[in-house]
Amino acid sequence: MKIGVFVCHCGSNIEATVDTASVAGTARAFPDVAYATDVMYSCSEPGQDGIIQAVREKGLDGVVVASCSPRMHETTFRRAVERAGLNRYMLEMANIREHVSWIGKDREANTNKAAELVRLAVEKLRRNRALFPKSFDITRRVLVIGGGVAGIQAALDCADGGLDVVLVEKTSSIGGKMAKLDKTFPTVDCSSCILGPKMVDVAQHERIALHAYAEVEEIGGYVGNFEVKIRKKATFVDWSLCTGCGLCMEKCPSRKSHDAFNEGVGLTTAINIPFPQAIPKKALIDARFCRQFLKGKCGVCAKVCPSGAIRYEMEDEVITEKVGAIVTATGFDLFDHTKYGEYGGGRYPDVITSLQYERLLSASGPTGGHVKRPSDGREPRTVVFVQCVGSRDTSVDRPYCSGFCCMYTAKQAILTKDHIPESQSYVFYMDIRAPGKLYDEFTRRAMEEYGARYVRGRVAMIYPKGDRLLVRGADTLMGEQVEIEADLVVLAVGAEAAAGSPALAEKLRISYDKYGFFMESHPKLRPVETNTAGVYLAGACQGPKDIPSSVGQGSAAASKVLGLFSRQKLESDPQISQVNQRRCVGCGKCALTCPFGAVKMIDVRGEPKAEVIETVCQGCGICAVTCPQGAVQLEHFTDNQILAEVNALCQS
Amino acid sequence: MPILAGKELRIVGFLCNWCSYGGADTAGVGRFSQPTDLRIIRVPCSGRIDPLFIVKTLLYGADGVLVSGCHPRDCHYGQGNFYARRRLEALKRFLPIIGVEPGRFEYTWVSASEGQRWQQVVQGFTEQVHALGPSPASAVFGACREIPDEKGGPRVAV
Amino acid sequence: MSQALTYAYYPGCSGLGTSREYDQSTRAVCDALGIGLADIPDWSCCGSSPAHTVDHVLSAALAARNLAKVEAMGRDTAVTPCPSCLTNLRTASHRMADNAFRERTNALLDTPCRNTVTAKSVLQILAEDVGLDALARKVVKPLAGLRVAAYYGCIMNRPPEVMRFDDHENPMAMDGILAALGADVRPFPLKVECCGASYGVARRDIVARLSGRLLAAAEDVGAEMVATACPLCQMNLDLRQGQINSAGGTSHHMPVLYFTQLMGLALGVPEERLGLDKVCVSPRGALRAAAERAAAETAKGSKA
Repeated sequence: MKIGVFVCHCGSNIEATVDTASVAGTARAFPDVAYATDVMYSCSEPGQDGIIQAVREKGLDGVVVASCSPRMHETTFRRAVERAGLNRYMLEMANIREHVSWIGKDREANTNKAAELVRLAVEKLRRNRALFPKSFDITRRVLVIGGGVAGIQAALDCADGGLDVVLVEKTSSIGGKMAKLDKTFPTVDCSSCILGPKMVDVAQHERIALHAYAEVEEIGGYVGNFEVKIRKKATFVDWSLCTGCGLCMEKCPSRKSHDAFNEGVGLTTAINIPFPQAIPKKALIDARFCRQFLKGKCGVCAKVCPSGAIRYEMEDEVITEKVGAIVTATGFDLFDHTKYGEYGGGRYPDVITSLQYERLLSASGPTGGHVKRPSDGREPRTVVFVQCVGSRDTSVDRPYCSGFCCMYTAKQAILTKDHIPESQSYVFYMDIRAPGKLYDEFTRRAMEEYGARYVRGRVAMIYPKGDRLLVRGADTLMGEQVEIEADLVVLAVGAEAAAGSPALAEKLRISYDKYGFFMESHPKLRPVETNTAGVYLAGACQGPKDIPSSVGQGSAAASKVLGLFSRQKLESDPQISQVNQRRCVGCGKCALTCPFGAVKMIDVRGEPKAEVIETVCQGCGICAVTCPQGAVQLEHFTDNQILAEVNALCQS
Repeated sequence: MPILAGKELRIVGFLCNWCSYGGADTAGVGRFSQPTDLRIIRVPCSGRIDPLFIVKTLLYGADGVLVSGCHPRDCHYGQGNFYARRRLEALKRFLPIIGVEPGRFEYTWVSASEGQRWQQVVQGFTEQVHALGPSPASAVFGACREIPDEKGGPRVAV
Repeated sequence: MSQALTYAYYPGCSGLGTSREYDQSTRAVCDALGIGLADIPDWSCCGSSPAHTVDHVLSAALAARNLAKVEAMGRDTAVTPCPSCLTNLRTASHRMADNAFRERTNALLDTPCRNTVTAKSVLQILAEDVGLDALARKVVKPLAGLRVAAYYGCIMNRPPEVMRFDDHENPMAMDGILAALGADVRPFPLKVECCGASYGVARRDIVARLSGRLLAAAEDVGAEMVATACPLCQMNLDLRQGQINSAGGTSHHMPVLYFTQLMGLALGVPEERLGLDKVCVSPRGALRAAAERAAAETAKGSKA
């Protein structure tokens, strides 16, 4: 075997703390190494051409690239060796950047370690063999989880691209957080006027199957062929009959139900359509408040419903959908401000969240767009906005910036002045973060044209004084304490991962960070892909995002799905398990341990033997360790290869 | 090529590709400096790690072995780390029986986002191994180390 | 409640002086609840006011001397009624978690401190180790009708990483205890605000302003009494109430008791063991009003 070793400088990223020429020199003495050199940028065009040229000129059968992490550029170099005429699996990488040059400054130790990692790669490569993918059929349908603006955009783009879309939404209407907003920044255009038409498009699109009030229960399968179980929660109303006329809401006697759409600032009926523009516009019964469920008698809605749609005995239904790709757009939740004891911990009715205030501002909200204090219905004169409630605060384990609160607070200050011209707004802020087109101009308008008084500092405490609230904080620019008597305090609560995100991530087999936000494949270059093939991210489930970014990601995820489905067939990864049937004793342990059901037992001349279904196997290698006979080996990660790596490290 | 005499000990890491290898990458991207002793072997899943790999590594003369996978319930393959946890727990109890000090082997869970945690894990484990000093195993077991070169040859000869 | 609740007890210097009634009532209440308090033999200053402003090691050494004595007693928990003592004892432990710091501290001591003792407030052991349910069962004379504001002071729960007890912005331990005794506990928004204690000598105007604000807020929420857990808070709000009134032109007449005194009343401890006569603003009126209110309430209940 003839192996070529290419040690990358990565500009100065590696060369600064690793003597790459010396690593290449050492590598020349390794077994089977026929050629070794250092290169400036191995991933650049001349770098890749250099590898291809060396393969051809020196007649190499395998290549080791010592550079960055294989998670970064393995695919790049596999394509390069393929262009050079080799099988793409005759490549190994030694990670001498993330695992060497970037984590230590000792050049001697780094150089030595880099050479060892090259040796490890060479020993593995000596035992590699050419592998060939199998192709398999795909289901050209996509599942979109979450019907907020990101999910809506992804669903519409996929459907317009000719794909069948299954859209699952947890609540009884799509629209998400955006549907609750009164206006949007920085244009101050009406949120439901721009979102509403898109929601209608979803309802009317022949390629979109919408499952509202449903949740993903279980996900099986793999890219191209997922099988998804969806729990359609009981609405107690037959939606195929419900016309959305709203008569039941008019007559329902339980008028004190929690109004989730209005963030609890108003009350609603036990049977309700959450808001007039809801899609689907169908009623559902909240069993926690319905007299029929609580007391066993009422039945008013059943009596008045003109289409006879009420079904008190309805139960959850689980349906199964087959899809080839999944877009996750589950959005975010608001930080729970009751964790701040100093802001009243939720005890003061006139200390509300920004989204509650949004409902007070909205013409379709519980107050018809008149700003009224929740406590006594009085119109506030002094409104204090407190920014960074649950953002940039390590004491509540939320060190990150939620990104959009500065902007929506400026918007709300502007709207407050519009609604109540004689009002005065105060905004307590830490820094104003307004990077975006027309964003900074917008916050300046709030101050300069609308007279919002911005105070740089945090609020120390809020407490009632008479029927008003005393807001005490620091003005760090003036270096003094400030006390403002306010009629209403609006907390600009930050974003956190949607409740249940980790559980969904586990079902999708994708990673999430410590706050529950889903991890993208690469923070810059693969922002909507995950490390699980066929699963994509859109919107705030990946991290706090404003509307334009969420819509952009929705489209981006859709384009990734369309790209995936533009191929007739998908190719399976050949790094999968293989059974040596002469060694197999047919115990079936591998079939039992396989998480994917990729091992089946077959009959070979009267004896049971294991066989791997190549397009189902995902290559985890659990079976290889389980097999008591060593009959199952994971291609590209065989026992011999791993032990050769160990040996390469441990020989002195 | 030897480890740097007097400076380093021989520490081998087995890391799953999806979480911990990524976490080690994240630590690198964040320039979280670490001791240079550790050499990482990438495997697809912690469930791919045969406990006998670790035994062999220690008998070949490694002074410490560190295994890291995805957090429980967070496995890319659904269940691999549960298998790993069971196997490695059994291994932990077995190692003292063959005369390996317990501190020479650790397993842990680090996600791809936890660069800083990886730094702490490496720092801590390296210090722990240095406190134990060089392993006596290589001198004792130096004889029994042949590696089958052909696929399908004898398996681990322990 | 476990029979075996016994703690090393650190009364602190105020407990022998200005807040004798706090110490007395603490002992009486613990006695009534079957909690053993073993006095730390030959205890000394905790390192409060002067030392910690000058030298952290010296201040820690003063505290550590006492902690070492608790270790010698073979106990792992020291309780003190005074939050200022508590702060010093806990801060010393916190700092001594750093070995280098502990060595510097121990260099000043005859008997080195191993730092194995956890210091807790009387409030904490009553709330956590005894528990509200057990407490409620021991009540013989409920504080029904007593409108009270629980005032914790600024250092009982702060800094949170050192004190590790209750919510540092909105603590509820004392509220819970008083409610378990049957009192009508008012939500008191300024429960962790400063009374101005550290300016007690130098700037009495500041004390008058800050403490005055506390009394006004307590009246605002309808409280007829303030319960405290800190000798300095009690002194400022009670002893200085006249000064506060003349400085602010107010006419507060707000009794300020230690929460342990109220507990004693509810648990049926004889008054002379609670030192009710030691406070300046007499609680008699408020207690009488509460009793009348409770009686009226019962009468109304039985009529209905």
